[in-house]
Amino acid sequence: MWKFLVPAAIFAVLVGFFVVGLHRDPSQVPSPLIGKAAPAYSLPKVEEPSVKVSNTDFAGRKHLVNVWATWCVECRKEHQVLLEIARQNVLPIVGMDWKDELASAQQWLNQLGNPYVATAFDQEGRVAIDFGVYGAPETFLIDEQGKVLYKHIGVLTLEVWNQELLPRINGQKS
Amino acid sequence: MSVELGHFALILAFSLALVQAFFGLAGSYRKLDNWMAASCSAVAGQLVFTLFAFACLTAAFLRNDFSVLYVANNSNTELPMFYRFAAVWGAHEGSLLLWLLILSAWSAAVALFNRTMSPEFTGKVLGVLGLISAGFSLFIITTSNPFERLLPAALQGADLNPLLQDPALAAHPPMLYTGYVGLAVPFACAVAALLEGKLDAAWARWVRPWATMSWLFLTLGISLGSFWAYYELGWGGWWFWDPVENASFMPWLMCTALIHSLAVTEKRGLFKSWTVLLAIFGFSLSLLGTFLVRSGVLVSVHAFASDPSRGLFILIFLTLCIGGALTLYGWRAERLKSGAGFAVVSRESFLLFNNVLLVVAAGLILLGTLYPLFVDALNLGKISVGPPYFSVVFLIPMLPLVLLLAVGMHAGWKQARFTSIRQPLVITLIVAMLFAAAMTVLIFNRFSLLCFVGLLAGGWVLLSSLIEPFQRLRAGHSLSRGIVAMSLAHFGVGVFMLGVTTVSTYTIEKDVSLNKGQSTEIAGYQFTLTKTEPVSGPNYEAVEGTVRVTRDGQEVAVLHPQKRIYRVRTSPMTEAGIDAHWQRDLFVALGDELGNGVWSLRVQYKPLVRFIWLGTVIMALGGIVGVTDRRYRARAAVQQDQAQPVPARS
Repeated sequence: MWKFLVPAAIFAVLVGFFVVGLHRDPSQVPSPLIGKAAPAYSLPKVEEPSVKVSNTDFAGRKHLVNVWATWCVECRKEHQVLLEIARQNVLPIVGMDWKDELASAQQWLNQLGNPYVATAFDQEGRVAIDFGVYGAPETFLIDEQGKVLYKHIGVLTLEVWNQELLPRINGQKS
Repeated sequence: MSVELGHFALILAFSLALVQAFFGLAGSYRKLDNWMAASCSAVAGQLVFTLFAFACLTAAFLRNDFSVLYVANNSNTELPMFYRFAAVWGAHEGSLLLWLLILSAWSAAVALFNRTMSPEFTGKVLGVLGLISAGFSLFIITTSNPFERLLPAALQGADLNPLLQDPALAAHPPMLYTGYVGLAVPFACAVAALLEGKLDAAWARWVRPWATMSWLFLTLGISLGSFWAYYELGWGGWWFWDPVENASFMPWLMCTALIHSLAVTEKRGLFKSWTVLLAIFGFSLSLLGTFLVRSGVLVSVHAFASDPSRGLFILIFLTLCIGGALTLYGWRAERLKSGAGFAVVSRESFLLFNNVLLVVAAGLILLGTLYPLFVDALNLGKISVGPPYFSVVFLIPMLPLVLLLAVGMHAGWKQARFTSIRQPLVITLIVAMLFAAAMTVLIFNRFSLLCFVGLLAGGWVLLSSLIEPFQRLRAGHSLSRGIVAMSLAHFGVGVFMLGVTTVSTYTIEKDVSLNKGQSTEIAGYQFTLTKTEPVSGPNYEAVEGTVRVTRDGQEVAVLHPQKRIYRVRTSPMTEAGIDAHWQRDLFVALGDELGNGVWSLRVQYKPLVRFIWLGTVIMALGGIVGVTDRRYRARAAVQQDQAQPVPARS
């Protein structure tokens, strides 16, 4: 007799999970890196592949690391925002060109303008894995000690810049 | 005005669903014929009013009445007439109304074709269907009213989601829903059988065509969706293991298991409680799919508006429906005694394997789909489960299933002796092996064990399904529809397997950036970008590339991939340029302009990709032949029962 109740029991457990799941937002993915040291990297520079870009170049400075790629449609939209942020000259933006072709990346920067102080070329996507990158674009705010303060997933807008990033850069929000 | 009438009709349909449920169930228990007749009339009324409500919404779309919120959100004056019609089910509210309409149509069909079943049984089935209908219409009225007004009216609409502006995708939801909702009928029959504590061969025979019909609509619906994804999403894939795809695929697996289990229940009086459980699972999984898609508990690319209040409603409905049915099962299943036993090697045990493997496959997919939810609910973090899990895990039950299928379809009932069939089985196996070896080694020049096994299994099933019709015809017998149906469906499985295996192993793909006049080569085909020019459609602007494909200097095709930007929603869409051929597709999708007239292009060579959809269409054809079998038709079946006790087919 009891074996016929097994499906109902399994279903009851499932419903329990659904009730909990209903109150959560699955699209919010917090980065486990927040508050921890950003991964170290040393990669060729897109603008000048013989030179290396590494995390130590920016030690002691708050900076943004922006993950992008030429195959990413949304990144094209984001690029204009990055140029505007670069114009405000608040902090350096480091680019991380992810799983891309060097020639197309160089062309992209030449044509659309270059908001980055330097762009690291992560062709294999190894460093991006260390950063826990799900997709492009993603942006990390890194502090003077090399700790990750904030992670933004998706296109960076001026709204996000003004409401989430600027207050954290100025130390008004954590 | 007609909008308010539509809303009112929907409320009437809800009330009639309650009437249907009450008189169906109460009439059946008190054995009152006029109460049960009232339930049938309520079904008819419900169909009429739901149809009316649907027509009112359609009319609002056709005349672009932007004072209706749902229309304003999903239409536009520039939207072509055909898509205005399809836009009715282009978003959450309207698609639920379509769901309800299809449910009432199925209920009406049950009320119409029930002559072989007792009125008490029909009363219970209609009663259960009425409860489901009432739940769904209440859901629409309270949380997702498509007739909500927008005052003041909008001047222009927000346009239909560009993803849906495609003929295949316009037809995909009605097909799929017909299949989904059709599973409500076997579900209601299973619940009715549990309530009566009685399940006999007549029950199984009556349920079979309903299950087969849902199955064939599900097959076609899923296949259409996959075909659309292939040419519209621009990356040339045909299945993504997205939660929403899984939500449609799990009921399909269950329904496939149910069809086979029903055959055993009808012929041999076995697997009774198992059949009932599968019928419950099938519909439960389609409800679960609805919940997962509409409640926002999972992230999916299928962007249906999700909303927690809707989620809560469906969850309560789901709990009552599935929980109720499963509890009833736990309480009453013991009464459904199965008949005699069977030998280890027999059609029964092959079908039992089939059932177990299909259920395991569905279970593994369910686990993968819900795993992110479990992990999140237990505060273990956020994860996503993707193709690497599903592709591997799905193969584990599926490969043995297909191999068993080649043999199992020839096994006899009770105890199988393969004496007359051994020779053709061995011959077909050898032919399939040679074929698989030739394909991997000679034609594609690259051996892969998995691919070899896949081609072997597919080829064997394909050939093996032809043995029985061939033998019968040679012996001068005519072919019954049952045999033709079974052979066709299994032949389709073989064709599908060949397509899937070949495409997943031997696709050649290249991402290139080309300037005008430049070319690239894959699989011996030369792709030259000859020009790109702006074109405009009724509600979009596009850049159209012209790609000339040549092979050894001979022109093969001229493809026109497009990159569209829809004016209102400004979302970019790709229209791939495809040269279709039975043995391969050449696929070109236009990426982004990289500047100076240089475009990024994705070029693919996909061998046998058409076999995937061809296979599903053949399977569905098998379903159609099976459903039209004369013995399912009410009177014929009764007569045949008296004339010949056990028809010798599946």
